[in-house]
Amino acid sequence: MEPVLFGILSVAALAGGVGVIASRNPVHSAIALLAVLWSLAVLYFLLLAPFVAVLQIFLYAGAILVLFLFVIMLVHGHPLAHTGEKLVWQRPLAVVLSALLVLFLSYASIHGLTSPRASPGENFGTVQEVGRALFTTYLLPFELASVILLVAIVAAVVLGKPVPRGAETLPRPPREERPLIPAGTREGKA
Amino acid sequence: MPGEIGIMALKSAFLVFLLLTACAYMTLLERRMLGRFQVRIGPNRVGPFGLLQPLADGIKLLVKEDFVPRGADLLVYWLAPGLSMVTALLVYAVIPFGPEVRIFGREVPLYLADVNVGILLVLAISSLGVYGIVLGGWSANNKYALLGSLRSTAQLISYELALGLAVISVVLQAGSLSLVEIVKAQERVWFVVTQPVAFLLFFIAGVAETNRSPFDLPEAEHELIAGYHIEYGGFKFAMYYVAEYINVVTMSALAVTLFWGGWHGPWLPAPLWFLLKVFGFVSVFIWIRATLPRVRYDQLMALGWKVLVPLGVANVLATAVVMVLPKGM
Repeated sequence: MEPVLFGILSVAALAGGVGVIASRNPVHSAIALLAVLWSLAVLYFLLLAPFVAVLQIFLYAGAILVLFLFVIMLVHGHPLAHTGEKLVWQRPLAVVLSALLVLFLSYASIHGLTSPRASPGENFGTVQEVGRALFTTYLLPFELASVILLVAIVAAVVLGKPVPRGAETLPRPPREERPLIPAGTREGKA
Repeated sequence: MPGEIGIMALKSAFLVFLLLTACAYMTLLERRMLGRFQVRIGPNRVGPFGLLQPLADGIKLLVKEDFVPRGADLLVYWLAPGLSMVTALLVYAVIPFGPEVRIFGREVPLYLADVNVGILLVLAISSLGVYGIVLGGWSANNKYALLGSLRSTAQLISYELALGLAVISVVLQAGSLSLVEIVKAQERVWFVVTQPVAFLLFFIAGVAETNRSPFDLPEAEHELIAGYHIEYGGFKFAMYYVAEYINVVTMSALAVTLFWGGWHGPWLPAPLWFLLKVFGFVSVFIWIRATLPRVRYDQLMALGWKVLVPLGVANVLATAVVMVLPKGM
């Protein structure tokens, strides 16, 4: 049962990954990314880590990707979104980084295959175990992360605060640069 | 092992059948009840007491012309309603209808899975329900649909927080995230007695999460024509409609599981109690729709972020303190 599921899920995840970079439409890319996140979450379930699996769905699929979609939907179709940038220096960099990734992954797989199997503990991957680890072993990084998040929230509130009338200190962007709702903009292409 | 998978498949099929039938008859219940609330009769022409009305509606939606708006993104347009319905149904994998019962000499639990992260899984899957709405609103290439879906997303994300905070208080008291364990923890006292504030929070947020009146802004007819599903007709529209009703049943079932003792109750068999309580909640949902006017959008956001969320945080803090104090002293 497990090898079959693993096969299906890894194929789904890889297909989704190809879909993310291959599709022309950013919304289709986002849907492909959703497929990747979903397959990974079920893989985590197979690896006896239900808590991580649920968090994967909750945070990545349920919150972060929705934010991506929001941005894509509001900006897509806007003239500035299609500047026709050629990605000059990004391409060689991508090749180098991909090669490094392949190297790392093959090292990890070979190392994993040759070293003795680690047996998970009784409560491995449960909420209780993850919580205990967060509040004892990893207390400092955990608290630091929470402070960073707090700073980000405060910054978002400050940035989102409406400027009172008559006291506009920031120059308003010219009208055509503000994001437009793209409804009807795709009609021309259809 | 194959036997277990077979039982699982049987139970799932039965559950899906039950849910879809229940949703079909909820439309009738809602229309009849709304009729009574508004001092009229409601649909009673098709079959005795109008009992065949849902069937007629279903056939009508199936044979309707299948149209696609100009400039629509076909793939996404077809995918979105299905996504809505699948996420709505998936939640039922972890909701317990009753304890183990003996059927044909086998111990069969009346739930599909008892995952130790049960309630988190429910919240995670229901947070995916946003996709059906966002993608449906975007793909139809209609500004009213897009506006409806944007509103809806903002609403769902805001009220998910209040909902989560209410759930955390219950989890703290039960000491487990498993829905089965949470129900078992309510054998003596239902959590609605010990957590009245959390229940109120949960219920208000639940009504908002299901896009029901008075929080049905995503489909405010006079502002947005119909909201994210304007351009959907026929069976694709029916899928959105069914998803909404399944979500109402889900919220009712969760409220019963988390606060009203799940399957616990005197005299009657356990699953019957569960179904009765869920039915009660569904009726309250319809009652609220008939009674309250729709709130304004800024009122909705203010209520969510400035009242429900702070109240939820305070409630979690109070619960935590009360839970720890006796041990410390």
